[in-house]
Amino acid sequence: MKVLARPLILAALLVPFIVLSSSAIFIEENLKDPALESRVRAISAEIRCLVCQNQSILDSNADLAKDLRLIVRERVALGDTDQEVRRYLVDRYGDWVLLDPPFKLTTVLLWLGPVMIFIFGAIAMVIFLRGRSHASKEDVVVKLSTEEEMEINRILDSDSRG
Amino acid sequence: MRLRFLIPVATFAGIAVVMWYALFNLNPTEIPTELVSKPAPEFSLEPVPGYGTGLAKEDLATGKVVLLNVFASWCVACMAEHPFFMELKAQNTVDIYGLNYKDTPEAAAKWLERHGNPYKSTGMDLKGRVGIDFGVYGVPETFVISADGKILDKIIGPVSRAMFETRVRPFLNEVGS
Repeated sequence: MKVLARPLILAALLVPFIVLSSSAIFIEENLKDPALESRVRAISAEIRCLVCQNQSILDSNADLAKDLRLIVRERVALGDTDQEVRRYLVDRYGDWVLLDPPFKLTTVLLWLGPVMIFIFGAIAMVIFLRGRSHASKEDVVVKLSTEEEMEINRILDSDSRG
Repeated sequence: MRLRFLIPVATFAGIAVVMWYALFNLNPTEIPTELVSKPAPEFSLEPVPGYGTGLAKEDLATGKVVLLNVFASWCVACMAEHPFFMELKAQNTVDIYGLNYKDTPEAAAKWLERHGNPYKSTGMDLKGRVGIDFGVYGVPETFVISADGKILDKIIGPVSRAMFETRVRPFLNEVGS
């Protein structure tokens, strides 16, 4: 009996930990409807915590992140679409609040810059490599002038005599 | 084409200049306000007990340029700008309104009693919701508000004399002339 009780007690003690680790990261009031709550999570994961720079508000325990999560929950509960919730936050904090910046005129350089640099680099490399192979062909083609030929013959002659 | 060897050097120099500039002149933690030239959001708040008559959107459209300072008794950086605001009040340079952010009435009143009250009127944003409508993400922040209640600019962090001269004074002069 005693032998059996021990693992049972241990298991009972561990239960809360198992439950905690599989539930919310931060303990706060979730929406009752699990479908809505999962939308809240999905939106929050894409919203930048403004005071911690590269964390989403879902991951952050900052005060402002908590407030913003609350707002996301409120908007979703009020029946806003995902787009409307994001709009609400962008109106107040700008595109910066989105971890995934939208593609528009002011962000063209951000999105296309790397591609442009890649293309520019590729072109530069092609030009460079072509130029080099040309140069090596030219090297082969170059012939000695008659004077140079005579000079060499003279040196070789004097060498063989000495 | 004899200067071709300079291409990589020039490329590197170009990148270095951009990064040097960004390192010393751009601050990634400063997010400029989205609300420039938009009217202040709707709000209406109770005053810090004993300090003014409260604060609402309509109070900010005063017919002249005013400042809206977001402050809190728990905010250490607010102490840095406070003496300067007291000076502005003493010289009657510009009216300053105080948005007390996520504070308690008692602590806010005590803080103003101890350090002096530079504000024409105050409003208590106990839950920080008005702050979010204003796009506040840290304290202190100071909004420059136009004569008709629109947001002209936002200063993030404590307002220094130099900052005031370059970012607020031009607006004040504009209206005066």
